[in-house]
This record gives sequence, structure tokens and C-alpha cells, in this order.
Amino acid sequence: MARIVAGIASSHVPAIGVAMDRGTTETPYWSPLFKGYGPAREWLAKLAPDVAIVVYNDHANALSLELIPTFLIGVAGEFPIADEGFGPRPVPVVKGHPELAWHLAESLILDEFDMTIANEMPVDHGLTVPLSVTCGKTDAWPFPVVPICVNVVQYPPPTGARCFKLGRAIRRAVDNYDADLRVLIYGTGGMSHQLQGERAGLINQTFDRAFLDGLTKDPLALTGITHTEYMREAGSEGVELVMWHVMRGALDDDVTEVYRHYHVPASNTAAAVLILENKGAA
Amino acid sequence: MNQPRDYDSIPGTYVYDGRRGRIGYALNMFCMSLNDAKNRALFKADPASYLERYKLTPEQRRTVLDRDWLGMLKVGGNIYYTIKIAFCDGLTFQDVAGMMSGVTKEAYMQMMLAGGRSPEGNRYKQTAESEESAHG
Repeated sequence: MARIVAGIASSHVPAIGVAMDRGTTETPYWSPLFKGYGPAREWLAKLAPDVAIVVYNDHANALSLELIPTFLIGVAGEFPIADEGFGPRPVPVVKGHPELAWHLAESLILDEFDMTIANEMPVDHGLTVPLSVTCGKTDAWPFPVVPICVNVVQYPPPTGARCFKLGRAIRRAVDNYDADLRVLIYGTGGMSHQLQGERAGLINQTFDRAFLDGLTKDPLALTGITHTEYMREAGSEGVELVMWHVMRGALDDDVTEVYRHYHVPASNTAAAVLILENKGAA
Repeated sequence: MNQPRDYDSIPGTYVYDGRRGRIGYALNMFCMSLNDAKNRALFKADPASYLERYKLTPEQRRTVLDRDWLGMLKVGGNIYYTIKIAFCDGLTFQDVAGMMSGVTKEAYMQMMLAGGRSPEGNRYKQTAESEESAHG
């Protein structure tokens, strides 16, 4: 049977992708961040999952305000790279896993999560930057991906508690998938940041560090954080952290924290990577 | 629909909720069109004519033509959309963030390098007076 072996949380700051695409990762500005991702890349290469579920948000690229799905799953065989307004990133097309994706879509809907299903969809930096920064520069991504897209662009996003329950439902669906697959799940976005208004540039290291601790040890307690609290404490775009709850909900209650790295600033953002393993599953 | 929200007390922040969605749709959909390289070329060549395709209010039109980044938010712009105009101009998120918060590019970058804007003193609007200056 399939099983979720680990979860990884990662920020998806577009400037991180630009630094990789332009080869500026060794500059004094960027090298602390990329060095911090080094152990995560090594861990991931060793883990060699068969497939990854990537929970991310689209930023006005595949989706516009025309249609705003709260939760969406991509079932395509491949996902092209979006032009976000400055040409597509020079990274490989993302291969999908239609069989697992359709299983998840059907299971989640019957489990009372009313997913939107996408047969065709480009993917943006929300998905490709976490892949780039954890897989490195490559001609082909090392595993296929099932994209799960969460609305955080139009208020209100789904609550943290709802996201955690979606993670639980993903876990049940994977556990019932009749193939011997080792599955990794990504939660992306965050940490504290605000891109807009006179308050742009807000960073809250105290909030972020407590969130990292809590996600490992007591994730249910964190699911009660309201949108207003995220926006007030972690910046208006810090509300992206709800997506980390999806990842955490798909893991065991009791996990091993394998690695974390936290860095300020990545452009306007506090960037972190956190790796959690289900005990004995990897 | 227009009832107050608890997040209205956060200073310098324009949450893209239904109140803004009702006024910002056309403005943001214009921005969305800039994901297409052909449209970027047309917009750059003749911004005023290009905007005729969209039903913008005069004030929305002005904020775009003047690159009034903060003004765009006040008339329903969503930052993930309005940033596409900045990309067209060769600007980054950090450039625009500096302009919205009213400091130089250098000062903004230094603030970020020093750990970013502190939440201390920035959680709640201080007084009615400061609310005026933040949103007036």
C-alpha cells in the first residue's frame, strides 16, 4: 500500500527562483539561505520518494479572479511552467501522477472535501520554487507531482483547521491507494511577510519560531490561529501558512523533526524549511 | 457586506476581501492580461489605449498610468495582480514594497536586512488621526 513517509515545509519566495535561474545563489545576500537548504537537498536525494503531493497557492497565473477554487487538485500528466508576467522560469515541465491524483480527487470528494479538478493547468513559482530549492537545478524533476492548490489570494482562504482536516483526508486516501508508493508531501508559502501597503516588510521572528516549534509538537493547537491573527502578527501574506497545516495533517501526530533552517530576509520574506518524518516510515 | 471587519484595525494593510473584490475586478483582470507577452508589448507601446479595453474607473486608470502603487490598492487592486504592472516596468516586489511604504529603495532594503519591519507598534492603528493618514 502507499504511505506518506515525510513532510517538508518550504517558503516559495519568487526571488529565490530568480536567484537560482540567474546563478546568484553564491552572493553574500543569498548564500546563507541556499546553504541552509543544503542539508534538505541531501535528505531529499536520499529519501528518493516515488511521488510528491505539493500543496501551494497560485498567484494570479493558472487562476484569475474569474474562478476562485478554494481547494483544487491537478490530475494532468504534465503541468507547463506559467508566464507570471516576465516569461516562464527556465525549469523543466512538472510531470503529474494522474493515477494517484484521480484516486485522491475521488477519495477527497467522497470524504466531503469538494475539490475542483484541473485537467490542464500551468504551475507558477508557488510550486516550482520549493521544488527548485529542495531538488537543485535539474533537467528533469526527480519525481512526479500531484499539485494541490489552495486559494490565499482572495479573502478568505480556508481556515487552518480546515486545511489540517484536508491533510487528514489526504492521509486516508493515500493509505487506501493500492500501490507500493512512498509519498512525500510539501506544504509551501510563508513564513511571515507582507508585500502590500504602508506596512510592507513586516517580519515576526518570534511568531515564526513558535509556529515552527508548534507545527512539530502540537499542530492541533496551531490550527486555531485566525486569519486576522496571521495577518496582524505575520503580515497580510503570512496567512499562506495555512497551507503548512495541510502537510502536517497528512503526517502522524508524533513525528521526528529531521531538519529546520530559518532565514531573514529573502526579499520581503522570512524563509524557512522544515522536514518532518513519520517515525519508522522513511 | 460593508460591515466592519476585525482586520480593519491592522494599519497599512488592504485585505482583498469581498468589499475590494466588488470594485477591483476589472483593474485586476487588466493586470492579469499582462501574463501574455503580446499584451505586455501592447501595453508598453501605448498604455492609455490598452487600458481602454477594460472598464476602469477614472481613478483606477490614473493610478495605473501614474504607477501609484499604494493608490491602486485603495481602488481595489490586489497586490498579486498589480505587481504584474511592476514586472512590466522591470521592477521587483521589493522595489514596489519600498515605494508603498514611502521610503527609498535603499532604506527599505536596509530595513529588511536588519530583520524587517517589527510588529511592535504595527499591530493596531494607533488613533483615528493616524488612520486618516494611513488611508486618506
